[in-house]
Amino acid sequence: MVLERGQVANSWRHERWDSLRLLTPNWQCRLPGADYEGPDPDGYMTAAEVVEVIERFAAPALARVRTGTNVTSVRRTDDGYRVITSRGEIRCRAVVLASGACNRPTMPGFADAVPPSVEQLTPFSYRDPSRLPDGGVLVVGASATGVQLAAEVRRSGRPVIMSVGEHVRLPRTYRGRDVLWWMNASGVWDQRYDELDDLTRARRLPSPQLVGTSERATLDLNALSAMGVELVGRWAAVRDGRALFSGGLRNVCSLADLKMNRLLGVFDEWAAADESGAREEFDSPDRPERLAPTQVRGSPRLQIDLSSGEIRSIVWATGFRPDYRWLEVPVLDAKGLLRHDGGVVVDSPGLYALGLPVLRRRKSTFILGIEDDAREVIEHLARFLAAGSRASIEPSAAAISATSA
Amino acid sequence: MSATVDNGVNVDALLEARGVLEGAPEAAQFTWRASSKWQNGVHSTTTVQNYFGLGEEQNHKAERDFEADHPETFAAPDEGITPIEYLLVGLASCLTAGVASVAQNRGIQLRSVESTVEGHHDIRGILGVDSDVRNGFNDIKVTFTIDADASKEDIEALVAQSQKRSAVFDALSNPTEVSVEVA
Repeated sequence: MVLERGQVANSWRHERWDSLRLLTPNWQCRLPGADYEGPDPDGYMTAAEVVEVIERFAAPALARVRTGTNVTSVRRTDDGYRVITSRGEIRCRAVVLASGACNRPTMPGFADAVPPSVEQLTPFSYRDPSRLPDGGVLVVGASATGVQLAAEVRRSGRPVIMSVGEHVRLPRTYRGRDVLWWMNASGVWDQRYDELDDLTRARRLPSPQLVGTSERATLDLNALSAMGVELVGRWAAVRDGRALFSGGLRNVCSLADLKMNRLLGVFDEWAAADESGAREEFDSPDRPERLAPTQVRGSPRLQIDLSSGEIRSIVWATGFRPDYRWLEVPVLDAKGLLRHDGGVVVDSPGLYALGLPVLRRRKSTFILGIEDDAREVIEHLARFLAAGSRASIEPSAAAISATSA
Repeated sequence: MSATVDNGVNVDALLEARGVLEGAPEAAQFTWRASSKWQNGVHSTTTVQNYFGLGEEQNHKAERDFEADHPETFAAPDEGITPIEYLLVGLASCLTAGVASVAQNRGIQLRSVESTVEGHHDIRGILGVDSDVRNGFNDIKVTFTIDADASKEDIEALVAQSQKRSAVFDALSNPTEVSVEVA
C-alpha cells in the first residue's frame, strides 16, 4: 500500500512556483512501462504536466494508494513497524520511505537577523514575481532554483542581486544534444553510489544551473550577468543590519568552470571512444567546444545595507532538507539525514528508502532514474519478507510517498 | 595515487585524521594563540609557542618571535614587517600548503611552486583622511607560478581546490566576529 499525505503528485501540485518546468527533456520522463509518447520529446514539462504523468502512472495501482493520509509516526515493533496516520494505524513488516529529500526549504540561521522591513520568501512560498514587493530582490543561492528565480524576477523589471556560493554550471545543450542526454548516454548517470570517490559530496551536490525552455537556452552566471543580474559572493553573515558577502566569488566560479570542463571532457572521450572515431549513437558534426569562463566583473560588493530600502525582498534558494519528524526510528545522522546503504536502512531491518540523491546511482533523483533503484531496493525487500515469512501481518509493506522525482 | 609522487606531504595521516575527526568533532576544536609585547614606537614582538587541539594543550617544537614595525615611509625605524603584511604571509603560505597537499592527494608531482601576493591598500582609511575609505585591503591578488607534471587545467584545479580548503583565504574573504577586551 502507498500512503500519500495529499493527492497523487502532491508536491508538484502545491509546492512549486508557477513557471517551473522540469530540467529533464520529455523523452527522459519515463517511468517503468510508461515512455513519453507526446509530440515534443525535446521539450520540458510544466509542473501540471508532471502531475498528469504521475497520475497516469499511478492509475492502475490506485486502489493501493491511500491519499489524504498523513503519516504522523513510524515506530519499530517486535516484528515490523507501526505506522500512525491521520486515518488510523497500520502494522507492517516493511516500510519504504519515498517522501523525498526536498520537504522543507533550508535557510541560514542569520535569516532571523534580517530587518522585518525586508520580505523573505522560500521556493515554497514564491509563486511569481508579481507577488513580490516592488524594488530590489536578493536571490540567495545559484542552483537551478536560484538561477531560474533570479532570471524570472529580473525579467519583471526589478533589480536583482544574486548571492553565489558553490554551484554546478552546465550548458543546456552540448554538441547539439541536451546536456542531460549526455549524462545519460555517456554513463555518468549510471555511476553507482558504491563506486564514487566521495559519496557524501556527490549526495550534497547542488542542482545544476539548468532551466527548461523552448529556446533550450543556457542559464549560467554569464547569462544572468547579461540580463543585468548583479553577482555577489556567498552570503556569510548579517552584522548591524548589513548583509556581508564572501570575497571568494571568483574561486567558486573557477571551481564550477573547471568541473564543467572536466565533465564535457568525459562526454568528448565517450563520443570518440569507438574505433571509427565516433559512436554510432552519437552522430553530430559539432566538435568539442568549451564555454567562455564565468565573468566576474569589477569588484563584487561585499556588503549591502538591508535597511536602506535597496533590497525589498529576499528569495532563499539555499536548498531543501528532508522532513523526518515523524520517523521515530533512530536512523538519522548528526545532520538529520537518513543513514542507508543504497536505500537499505541497515540499522533497522525492513526499512528502505527511494528517491534520495545518489541513492544507488547519480540518476537516482531523476524520473528515469527510479526504475533501476526501485527494482534493486524492492528485490532486497522481497528477500527480507521471504526470509521472515512467519505468520504474516497484512499489509506486508507500506510506502510513504511525497511523490518526489 | 602514484607511489612515486612525493611532495613531502603526509596525505595518509591527514586522511586518517579526517576519518577520526568525523566521529569526534570535539577533538577538532583548536585554539591558535599569539602573545604580543610592545617594544617602542610602533614596533612590537609577537610570540607563538603553544596552542590547544585534539583535546589538550600542544606546543610547537620551538617558540618563535615575529617583529612588526612600519617602514620609513611611515616615519618608523622598520624593525619588522608591517602588520598587514603578515596577512599576506599567512595567505601565501596557507595557499601554498594547500597546493602541495592537494597535489599529493591527486598524485601530481610538483617541481616548483611560487607565488606573489599583492594587497591593494588605500592608506587614507587608517590615517583618517576619508571616512569612506576602509582601513583594510581593498582587494588582494595572488599569482601562482607552478611547475608540475600536470596539465594547465589540472594545475588550475589544484589552485582552486587549495582556495576552497584554505583557512586564511576563508578568514580574509569572509567576515569573522572579533572581540577585543582589556584584561
